[in-house]
Amino acid sequence: MSDLELHDRADVAHGDEKEGRIGPRLLGYVTGLGLAILLTATSFFVAGTDLVWQPSIPVALVVLAIAQMGVHLVFFLHITTGPDNTNNVMALAFGILIVVLVIGGSLWIMANLNHNMRPMDQIMQMQR
Amino acid sequence: MIAAAAPARDLDHVHSLGEHLGPAPKRIVTGYGFWIFLLSDMVMFSCFFAAYAVLGGQTAGGPNGAELFNLKNVAVETGCLLMSSFACGMASIAADVRNQFWFQIAMVVTCLLGLGFLSIEFHEFADLVARGDGPSRSAFLSAFFTLVGCHGLHVSAGILWLLTMMAQVFAKGFRADIQRRFLCFALFWHALDIIWVAVFSVVYLLGSGT
Repeated sequence: MSDLELHDRADVAHGDEKEGRIGPRLLGYVTGLGLAILLTATSFFVAGTDLVWQPSIPVALVVLAIAQMGVHLVFFLHITTGPDNTNNVMALAFGILIVVLVIGGSLWIMANLNHNMRPMDQIMQMQR
Repeated sequence: MIAAAAPARDLDHVHSLGEHLGPAPKRIVTGYGFWIFLLSDMVMFSCFFAAYAVLGGQTAGGPNGAELFNLKNVAVETGCLLMSSFACGMASIAADVRNQFWFQIAMVVTCLLGLGFLSIEFHEFADLVARGDGPSRSAFLSAFFTLVGCHGLHVSAGILWLLTMMAQVFAKGFRADIQRRFLCFALFWHALDIIWVAVFSVVYLLGSGT
């Protein structure tokens, strides 16, 4: 039993780190929190400001959101590129692939359908 | 390749690589399995996001996002969830050093911030429905309520799980199996925050701009 526990504590799952000391882990969470607050504040500022070129705002918001998700993954979920984390990263990469396909594919197909559809009044006429 | 290089390294390093030591310990397997579940959950959310992105402009003559959303509320919600995620991280540290007192304190803070988030969201929904802008008003509002409501349901389920974890740690201590359950809970709670980042950026901030 104690052997099992030792084994348990020596290995690294994601969501934990190897150090038993509190200091470095605390620092990791504080860094993550600081970066997340900075990015969130920037997002809210950019959304409401007139200082930047208006068409660039959606792009900036998307970029900031992706950056913040990265910060959460690294500092809170501890997904890193370390050798003991390969499986987690591969699963994440596959997940991102599916998410991009679903969202990008839906937007593309629906925009295309919308573009090719007859105007609404013509459809109404055809149904009469 | 790695096997050839391994003897030269110190034992600790080889151990942390987890190579050639038989099956991985249960904590790793559990964390990995739960990570797969979380990714499938994110794939589900991506379907709701796709629906929202397609239907976002279909207001059927009703109000659009810019008229409905109160960004001050959203900022407070975001702050609650972010601080709650941080408090959950503190609870993870306390669980690893097996400190019952600070674990329970951090979990209570996590819980209160989560409840604060939920109550603001509930008020927002109740307000919208009371004004006649419920999910049946337009395709835009159907997609909005489905997406944001689904995230809210996840947070509610997370709070129930959180209370269960507090009780289990209190009653059974930091046993290996309880620690594994708590690892899964922490992953779940942090993943909810990631989804919220997408929600406030895409739904609220982009929606209020148009």
